[in-house]
Amino acid sequence: MSSISYAARPAAVRWHPLVIRYSPVVVVVVAIVMIWYAAAVLMNLRIVRDQFERDETPYTVAQLIEGTLSAERPLLPAPHQIVETFADDVFGWPVTSPRSLVHHSWVTLSATFLGFLLGATFGIVLAVLIVHARTLQKSLLPWIICSQMVPILAVAPIVIVVLGSIGLRGLLPKAIISAYLCFFPVTIGVVKGLTSPDPMQRDLMRTWSATPAQIFWKLRWPASLPFLFTSLKVSITISLIGAIVAELPTGAQAGIGARLLAGSYYGQTIQIWAALVAASLLAVGLIGLVSFFERWVAQSMGARA
Amino acid sequence: MAFASAAVSPLRADGNMRAPDPVVSVDPTAKKSPALAVQARGVSLTFQTADGEVQALSNVDLDVAEGDFVSFIGPSGCGKTTLLRIIADLEQPTAGSIQVNGVTPEQARLQRHYGYIFQAAALYPWRTIERNVALPLEIMGYDAAQRRERVEHYLKLVNLSGFERKFPWQLSGGMQQRASIARALSFEPALLLMDEPFGALDEIVRDHLNEQLLRLWDQTGKTVVFVTHSIPEAVFLSSKIVVMSPRPGRIIDVIACNFPRQRTLEIRETPEFLKIAQRVRAGLRSGHSYDE
Repeated sequence: MSSISYAARPAAVRWHPLVIRYSPVVVVVVAIVMIWYAAAVLMNLRIVRDQFERDETPYTVAQLIEGTLSAERPLLPAPHQIVETFADDVFGWPVTSPRSLVHHSWVTLSATFLGFLLGATFGIVLAVLIVHARTLQKSLLPWIICSQMVPILAVAPIVIVVLGSIGLRGLLPKAIISAYLCFFPVTIGVVKGLTSPDPMQRDLMRTWSATPAQIFWKLRWPASLPFLFTSLKVSITISLIGAIVAELPTGAQAGIGARLLAGSYYGQTIQIWAALVAASLLAVGLIGLVSFFERWVAQSMGARA
Repeated sequence: MAFASAAVSPLRADGNMRAPDPVVSVDPTAKKSPALAVQARGVSLTFQTADGEVQALSNVDLDVAEGDFVSFIGPSGCGKTTLLRIIADLEQPTAGSIQVNGVTPEQARLQRHYGYIFQAAALYPWRTIERNVALPLEIMGYDAAQRRERVEHYLKLVNLSGFERKFPWQLSGGMQQRASIARALSFEPALLLMDEPFGALDEIVRDHLNEQLLRLWDQTGKTVVFVTHSIPEAVFLSSKIVVMSPRPGRIIDVIACNFPRQRTLEIRETPEFLKIAQRVRAGLRSGHSYDE
């Protein structure tokens, strides 16, 4: 024991690790919900007041506020209204019913998956071509960039009509529009990944007189995988947006896009919001799926834990 | 001698290599004329850069005998790495002629006559150590059983047994560089080209690896061409030291350095060692590259 004594530090408050981890998220969520309720009251106030005045019934402030949070067609629905409608749309109907949000989600999801598959494959093939042929880089890249500047809402109906005239309807046209939107990040990411090996690693291949195919499969492709997965995470959400957008201008009968459209035709704001919630949950799930594969691949490629 | 050459040949034989040297002299000091691993005549290389031409090498003549350990030493910009890259067919000279194992550098590269070791280990991070060492073997079409056997043998030779399943980042810098040496040895080339392989390592590790490299050279009978900017390293390792100078890159002195093959670090204290080191230093100084 040392003879010198140190003054004890005051005991710090010890928080549970779960509190430390989740409290920032909870605080933000609570703040958003509170702001949301305030906004709902303010935005719906006029509709509710007009209604009371048209009916010539006397009203109190409490009634007014209560009315803004339970209106049938509010400008901004309150969070609990969205949750109720969402739960009813998801669980209140058999999954095959056209009223079921699960049914609509599946329709959009299948177009998303097919579009993502097409778009990612196309994006990778394009990147490989660009990396291996300088002329292609010069001739293709401007077109690829231009393709992303075209407003997809304008192009989508054209694509649907053209494909419809050659007998393609339903899933495939939507998937193609989704693929059109999502190939770009993949191409950019994979081009970067394929060119990422340093000169020493490439010189080594040369000293072993490796063939171009060997250089691709044993060096460039594995080196590009981390870049590919980063792009895929961006790309899969874009492909979901693409599938929804493809449903909007085409009068689709089913899908999240159709649900949004129908909601806005009939002023069913709560239904629109419920569909939006479904879309964002799908996006979270899709990114989670890609992240899962990314972790799996990274582990087998010796990434640091 | 017959024993030595018999012990060396299986390590050298790779199908496309020359037959073992049939001339066996009884007296090891007798002057025989060994085949040349590298023969350069009037080699020059001029790079075109944005600021005009840079003469990296000017009129270089060089002979490296088979079994030699030759070091290129000189300040940066003297073209020592460029010369090594020309031998490896990673650069092409703009003038002069060069032969590696009796053929052009390109043929030597295509026939896999040499293994190249860089400043950095340049292991592929997604491959385990054993799969890194096996990579050139995969490319050259060795079957799985041969690959396993070679990997085991050469990892043992560089003292990395037990690290087969580790990934490069789990190893220290010195261990990674040893793995890259095992990788260069795995396909049993007659010639090792080493470009400042220990430059990034601390001195204790470097000393240790220098001793290991000497032992390896002694055991395998390979020709080594070694680029360094460390005088003690060059004198300790080499049988021949090539002193180079920059602007333009050229050879200004070639020093024979015949310490016994089984030398230890202690020879660095001997007068002979210091004398050779002195001559290297004098040569470097006469290149007056440090005034600039």
